[in-house]
Amino acid sequence: MSSSLASQALGSAPSRSGLLATLHVGLLDLRPILSTLRRHRIAAGLIVLEVALTCTIVTNALHMIQTRVDFLNASSGLAEPEIVMLEVRGSKAVPPERAAGIASADLALLRALPGVKAATKANQLVYYDNSSNSNVSQQPDDQGLRVTVSQYLADEQMLPTLGLKLIEGRNFTANEILDSNKVFSEPDPHIGQIIINKTLADKFFPGSSALGRTIYVFGSSPATVVGIVETLTHPYLHRAQSEGGYAMMLPVRGGGVYLVRTDPAQREALIKVATAALEAVDATRVVTRARTLTEMRDAFYAQDRAMAWLMAGVCVALLLVTAMGIVGLASFWVQQRTRMIGTRRALGATQGQILSYFQIENLLLTTTGIAIGLAGAMGLSHLLMQSYELPRLPWVYLPISAVALWLLGQVAVWVPARRAARLAPVAALRG
Amino acid sequence: MLLHYLELAARSARASKGLSTLMVLALALGIGACMTTLTVYHVLSGDPIPNKSSRLFNVQLDAGSKVGYKAGEEPTFDLTRFDSTALLRDKKAKRQAMMSGGNVAVGIADAHVKPIFSSMRYTSADFFAMFDAPWQHGGGWSAADDEGEARVAVISSALNEKLFGGVDSVGREIIVRGQPLRIIGVLKPWKFQPHFYDLTMGGFAEAEDLFLPFSTAMVLKVGHSGNMDCWGKGDGGTPFDMNAKCSFIQYWVELDTPEEAAAFRDYLVRYSDAQRAAGRFERPSNVRLRNVMEWLDSQKVLPADVRLQTWLAFGFLLVCVVNMVGLLLAKTLRRAGEIGVRRALGATRGAIFAQFVVEAGLLGLVGALLGLVFAHGGLWLVRHSPSEYARLAELDAAMLALTLGLALLASLFAGLLPAWRAALVTPAVQLKVQ
Repeated sequence: MSSSLASQALGSAPSRSGLLATLHVGLLDLRPILSTLRRHRIAAGLIVLEVALTCTIVTNALHMIQTRVDFLNASSGLAEPEIVMLEVRGSKAVPPERAAGIASADLALLRALPGVKAATKANQLVYYDNSSNSNVSQQPDDQGLRVTVSQYLADEQMLPTLGLKLIEGRNFTANEILDSNKVFSEPDPHIGQIIINKTLADKFFPGSSALGRTIYVFGSSPATVVGIVETLTHPYLHRAQSEGGYAMMLPVRGGGVYLVRTDPAQREALIKVATAALEAVDATRVVTRARTLTEMRDAFYAQDRAMAWLMAGVCVALLLVTAMGIVGLASFWVQQRTRMIGTRRALGATQGQILSYFQIENLLLTTTGIAIGLAGAMGLSHLLMQSYELPRLPWVYLPISAVALWLLGQVAVWVPARRAARLAPVAALRG
Repeated sequence: MLLHYLELAARSARASKGLSTLMVLALALGIGACMTTLTVYHVLSGDPIPNKSSRLFNVQLDAGSKVGYKAGEEPTFDLTRFDSTALLRDKKAKRQAMMSGGNVAVGIADAHVKPIFSSMRYTSADFFAMFDAPWQHGGGWSAADDEGEARVAVISSALNEKLFGGVDSVGREIIVRGQPLRIIGVLKPWKFQPHFYDLTMGGFAEAEDLFLPFSTAMVLKVGHSGNMDCWGKGDGGTPFDMNAKCSFIQYWVELDTPEEAAAFRDYLVRYSDAQRAAGRFERPSNVRLRNVMEWLDSQKVLPADVRLQTWLAFGFLLVCVVNMVGLLLAKTLRRAGEIGVRRALGATRGAIFAQFVVEAGLLGLVGALLGLVFAHGGLWLVRHSPSEYARLAELDAAMLALTLGLALLASLFAGLLPAWRAALVTPAVQLKVQ
């Protein structure tokens, strides 16, 4: 039934050559194609629906992949390939008043090891499972502008160990470093000097230098800004953005992990030597974790990386399934219209004309699908923004996935269309 | 009749091998993806303590300072030592326990055995009965032990295995922070997920290896890990002091009836009012009493990524089903001639419809089986993924049944439209074209 109708639609067109001619023929072909499609509403509708769904999902998935990749590429600002972390724990209680002394002795030990460029002790570190924050205000006792700031307890070796750059001011000096046990046993801890990151400096002192100004970390005693570092992030990098990215360093030596900077090639060897040296100090001591910062970064981002790959995998699978659907239905149409193709070819239509007939038909279907799919993508993005706090879908993803689906459609239809074009007129008519 | 249709379906699948393979493969991929993500979803959103979850309640009081206060926000996440001690003393619920956790070295007197760093929970006497802890040997401690800072401990079967080779170690001693503790109980392997009673140690952490009385832990200064919020000015003491303005204690109660829960909520409001009157609380009374599932829900324990993955997989399955409808339709209409002959020979529309639905169902069944294989592969990938819930991703019987059901349903649904179109074929036209 359908074959007899379609043969009218495929009435021959004058034979010309060249791209312009193909375009012209293409336009002339448009009307018959439309009328054919009207007679195959269900099959055509299914292709359109499949392309639309794929377009909706792929557009948003691409955006989500890019969001994760942005995470993965976020910079910590540290000399990552050169840093090694050692976590030391003891099974015996250490009296708090002795902790700072032990830390100093351990650091001297570490700095004496071959290949060590610098060593420090930090209460928190990027990619590590610990975070310490304090409220910092412009005026005493939590008055005035007040923000939550990531708090690093540091000695004068922290800047060189982490490879941080001062953009203004100076580092702490060795005699400014306080004992955390003494500082925090005061009802109103007093911190004389403080180094802050640029984000905090810009927040509190916009348009002027923060150097030499005072801020309040604990209650009523002021701390003077002696230095400003370019990048110092919240240890949970993804939280740095949501919480403003404020960070500071206090000249306090206390608990935490040891950080050692060395040549990238020597990291593994240093981990062995340093572990042995630290454990040799006291029989009840165990180095519970010893990692390079590079390994810690990999572990920290593993989930995001896995998610990005998963999304990419689903995108590829979706496109493959859609291509499969197009090949399947186009093959069916070619088979169904064998008789008309033969008639057309016998009446003088070129192979190119037959090929372009199917290509234009596919272009029409995918374009409709893409138009619906892009609208769907915006709708889905809106839903995702509300339910998952994802950022808005940037418009640039719309043309990307549109072009991808157009190409996919053309490639997929090319296989059956070429078969159609190559049908010998006689054989087609006989079949 | 069904057998005949199945035979026809098998023959038709053989006749168009490529197309059938494509359909089955696409369906299986969609099913596999859905089952993988659904299983993870199912495991992670499960009830950790099914026979009691509606009777166990987490308690929150708002003890924070006026600085930074915004009306309508959630109260302080944990309780202070002062408040939890007061609630525990009042004993207004059937059972109640205060608790917090950390990580500590556990050794034995034998100097040759290296101390083992173990996760620890310090809590009060009712903890074990309230959470149905399974005993292997011995039992928990009493309220008098809490009162008397007793040097006692309960250990997990895993720690018992490491320290004592799995023998009944009740009565033996372990060393914690240089002090001896007497073992009074050994737990059986205790599996529950999520780690609902303290989500700050990682939502899917395993049960702790060492349990000791809260009072004893405070004397031994065992330290703390997890969440701690402090506010106001310190007074030079530690966050663990009775009057410290620091919250780090989880507080759970067992209440048998909704009336008891309502009465307990009233009690919490009265307590908050009294604390404000005494000048301790600065914020308006703001209490929360949530049972286990409400608590897990409020803390968004199910990772957003897992929900996203599940939606993504269903989107994928939808595309696979649409694809299958299209391909089945093509396959069906290609056989219009055959249908015409069958109709002309007396087959009813119903018979044609049934035949094509059976054919779709057969493809669905094959797709389901293959999908199951894909789901197993997918779950293997999840288990080797870096997420903290990786080890939990196992297919269970319910999920297995759901896989088969979903695949059959999807393929039958996909088969309906083509079967209907097939049934509409008019014999006369087909025969004429032939």
